[in-house]
Amino acid sequence: MRLLRIVPDDTKFDFMRFRRISFPMSALLSILAISLYFFHGLNFGIDFKGGTLIEVQSKSGAADLAKMRAALSALGLGEVQLQQFGAPNDVLIRIAEQPGGEVAQQQAVTKVRGALGDEVDYRRVEVVGPRVSGELLSYGVVGLMLAIFSILIYLWFRFEWQFALGAMIANVHDIVLTIGFMSITQIDFDLTSIAALLTILGYSLNDTVVIYDRIREMLRRYRKLPMPELLNASVNQTLSRSVITHVTVSLALLALLLFGGQAIHSFTATMMFGVVLVGTYTSVFIASPILIYLGVGTGRDSLSAPDRDK
Amino acid sequence: MLYFTRWKATAIVLTAFVVCLFAVPNFLPEKMVQSWPKWAQRHVVLGLDLQGGSHILLEVDTNAVRKEKLESLRDDVRRVLRDARVGYTGLVVRGNTVEVRIREGSNFDQAVDKLRELSQPLGGILGSSTGQRTLDVTTEAGSLVRLTVTDPALIERVRQSVEQSIQIIERRVNELGTVEPLIQRQGTDRILVQVPGLQDPTRLKELLGKTAKLDFRMVDVSMPAEQAAQGRVPPDDEILYSTTQPKTPYLVEKRILVSGGDLTDAQPGFDQRTSEPIVSFRFNTSGARKFAQVTQENVGKPFAIVLDNQVISAPVIREPILGGSGQISGSFTVESANDLAILLRAGALPAPLTIIEERTVGPGLGQDSIAKGKISSYVGAAMVIVFMLATYGLFGLFANVAVAINVAMIFGVLSFLNATLTLPGIAGIVLTVGIAVDSNVLIYERIREEVRGGRTPINAIDAGFSRALATILDSNITTFIAAAVLFYIGTGPVRGFAVTLGIGIITTVFTAFTLTRLIVAYWVRLRRPQRVPI
Repeated sequence: MRLLRIVPDDTKFDFMRFRRISFPMSALLSILAISLYFFHGLNFGIDFKGGTLIEVQSKSGAADLAKMRAALSALGLGEVQLQQFGAPNDVLIRIAEQPGGEVAQQQAVTKVRGALGDEVDYRRVEVVGPRVSGELLSYGVVGLMLAIFSILIYLWFRFEWQFALGAMIANVHDIVLTIGFMSITQIDFDLTSIAALLTILGYSLNDTVVIYDRIREMLRRYRKLPMPELLNASVNQTLSRSVITHVTVSLALLALLLFGGQAIHSFTATMMFGVVLVGTYTSVFIASPILIYLGVGTGRDSLSAPDRDK
Repeated sequence: MLYFTRWKATAIVLTAFVVCLFAVPNFLPEKMVQSWPKWAQRHVVLGLDLQGGSHILLEVDTNAVRKEKLESLRDDVRRVLRDARVGYTGLVVRGNTVEVRIREGSNFDQAVDKLRELSQPLGGILGSSTGQRTLDVTTEAGSLVRLTVTDPALIERVRQSVEQSIQIIERRVNELGTVEPLIQRQGTDRILVQVPGLQDPTRLKELLGKTAKLDFRMVDVSMPAEQAAQGRVPPDDEILYSTTQPKTPYLVEKRILVSGGDLTDAQPGFDQRTSEPIVSFRFNTSGARKFAQVTQENVGKPFAIVLDNQVISAPVIREPILGGSGQISGSFTVESANDLAILLRAGALPAPLTIIEERTVGPGLGQDSIAKGKISSYVGAAMVIVFMLATYGLFGLFANVAVAINVAMIFGVLSFLNATLTLPGIAGIVLTVGIAVDSNVLIYERIREEVRGGRTPINAIDAGFSRALATILDSNITTFIAAAVLFYIGTGPVRGFAVTLGIGIITTVFTAFTLTRLIVAYWVRLRRPQRVPI
C-alpha cells in the first residue's frame, strides 16, 4: 500500500526570506486586532459582565420568538436579548445585570419563570452576580499572564533567553490575533474563552518548542552555517511533522465543531482559528526568524572549533 | 532505546493494564459495581453540566456578622457596667468600636478593669495562645473607654459563621432528599452548594435564602401599631410587618422572650379544629421554663411569633402553656408549613446568605451534551485513525493502538481520582488525542529522517526514538504548565478541561516513552526488518 505523503522529503522552502513580508504583516494585523479590541470590543458573556442567561426549549414545536420577546420586555428588566440556539425550538435569553445587587438578579429569574410559565423547559439557567463576575475576569487575566510567565521561565531554563523571548513574542502575537478574531466574530467571551486562549497558548508553544529544539540541535552541529540557512533547514526538516500534526488536530477539532453542539461551539471555533491558522503560521514565520534579530548564534563564528559536520 | 529487560517490559504492560482496569466500573451497570470493595468502585463523576443539577454559590454577609458581634459587645458592656453599678452615658457602636463614657471619675479604674475582662485571648491552632486578644481597650481623658474588636477576632468570627452555616445548610439540603449534595467552603466567606439532578432550584434557593431566625416577643398594645408607625415608636419597641398580604404592621417589643435556638423539634401538621396546615414545635427544658413563665404572666395579651423580622402570627395567650410545646398557625400551605419545619429543625443561620452565582442545567440538556460529546469523540477518533493508517501504515496502526490505550488510561486515572467529567473535559480528551498522535508523529518523522540520513533500519528507529523523546518532553511540559495554570485559576467546567488535559499529557508522555517503544521493539525483534515501512 502506498502511504499518504503530504509533505515531500527534503523540502527547501526559503521561509526566512518571507520574514520581510510576515513581520510587517503580523505587526499590521496585531495593531488591527488591538484597535478592534478597543473600538469594537469583545462580546463579554455573563461570566465577566454579570447577568442572567437562560436556555429554554419550547415544548410544542418551534419557539415563537416574537411572542416570548413581548412577554419578557413587559417585565421591565432592561435589555433582554433572545436568540435562537441550535434547534428551532431552543432559545437563549440574555438579561443584562440588574441594578440592585445580588438579590435583584435572582428576582429577574423568578420573573422570567413567571412570564414564560410551563410552555417551555428550562434547560439551563445561569446567574452571575456583580461580585463574582469581576473576580472571574481578573482571575482570567491573571491566569493568562501567569501562564505566559511560567512558560517563559521554563524555556529560559531549557534553552537560552533569546529563545524564551522569541517564544513569548510569538505567543503574545497569537493571543492578540485571537482576541481580534473574537472581536470581529463577536463570539461570547466567557470563562471557556480563557480556556481556549490558554490551550492555544499551549499548542502554539508546543509547536514552537519542537522547531526550537531542532534549531538548538542544528546550532550544536553546524557551527559555520549562516543563521538564515540554519533556520530554514530546521523549519524544513520539521515541516512534515508540523503539517501532519496540524491535520490530526484539525480533524479532532472539526469533529467537535460539527458534532459538539452549541455549548462548546465558540470554544472550538476559537481553537480552530488560534491553533490551526495562527499557531502554525507563528511558529514558522514569526518564532523562528525572530531568533535572527535576537542574536541567536552570532557568537559561533568566532569559535575556533572545527566544523563537526555530521 | 529498543532493548527492554524482561522485568521492565512486564512492569510497563502491567502499569498500563492496571491503570486501564480502573476505568472498567464506568462501563458496567451500577448494581454490579456496588458489590465490589470500596477501592474498586471508584469511577468518573459526571459534572453538573452533563447530568443536570444546580450549582449555587453563597456568600455570608460579613457585614451582618460584624454588626451582630458589635451589638452583642455593646450589650455586654451594658451588663458589666450595670452589674458593677457604674453610671455611664453615651454607649454607642462606632465602626468596629464600642464607646462608653463613665460618669464618675472615682469609679473609672474599677470600671475599666471590669471591661477589660471582656477581652479574651484568641486561641491559635490546637489551642495554643497567639498572644492576640479579641478586644483592644483604650481610655481617653479619664472618662472615655473604647473597646475595639480586633481584626483577627472578626476574621475568626466570620470563619465560625461560615462553619456553622455549612452545618445548617447541610441539614436543610439533606431534607430535600437529593442524591449526593456537595456543600463546601470556598475562600473565606463563601459556600458552594452543588445538588445533582435538581430540575427546579426554586425551593432549594428558598431554603438557602432564609436565615430562619425565630423568636417569640410580646406585642405592645399600649398604642395602635398604625399610630406608632406614623409617629414616635417607643424606644424599646419596633414596627414589624406580617408575612401575609396586605402587610399589617405590629408594634412589637425588641426584647426576645424565647428564641428559636431553644427549639428541639418542629414538625408540620394540621390543626385539629380548622384542619389548616400548622407547624408544631417543642422547646428544650430552659426554653420550656421561660415560655411557661411568660405565658403565665401574660394571659390575655397577644404575643408575636417573628421569623426573620416578619410576624408570622400574633395570637392572644388564652392560658399558660406549661408543657413546653406549641403550634404556629399562620396561613400556611402544606408546603410552606413543611419548609418552615425543616428550617426550624435545622436551626437559624448565624448571618444572612446571599446567592452570588447560580448555574442550573436541566437533565435534558445534560443528556444532549453527553450524546454530542460521544458523537464528536467517535467521529474525531475515526478520522484520526484513518488518517494515521493512511500516513504511516503499520506504524500508524501501532500509533492508533497506543492512542487507544492512552485514552483508556485517561479514564482510568480520572476514575481513580473520582474526577468530575464536564463537557469541556470531553473536549480536553479529544484534544489530548491530538497531542498523543503528535508524539507518535514526532517519533516517526524523526525515524524517517534518520533513514534518509543513511542509517540502517534498526539504527534509525533507535535514534529516532531517543531524539524525538527529548522534544516530546519539552513540548508537553509547556502545555502541561498551561493546563496547571488553568486548573489553578479555573472553576467548574474550565477546571474539568484542565484536569483531562493535564492527565492526558501525563499519560501521553508515559505511552510515548514506554508503550509505543515497546510495541515497536517487539515488532523489530520479531521481523528483523530490512527497511522501515514509513
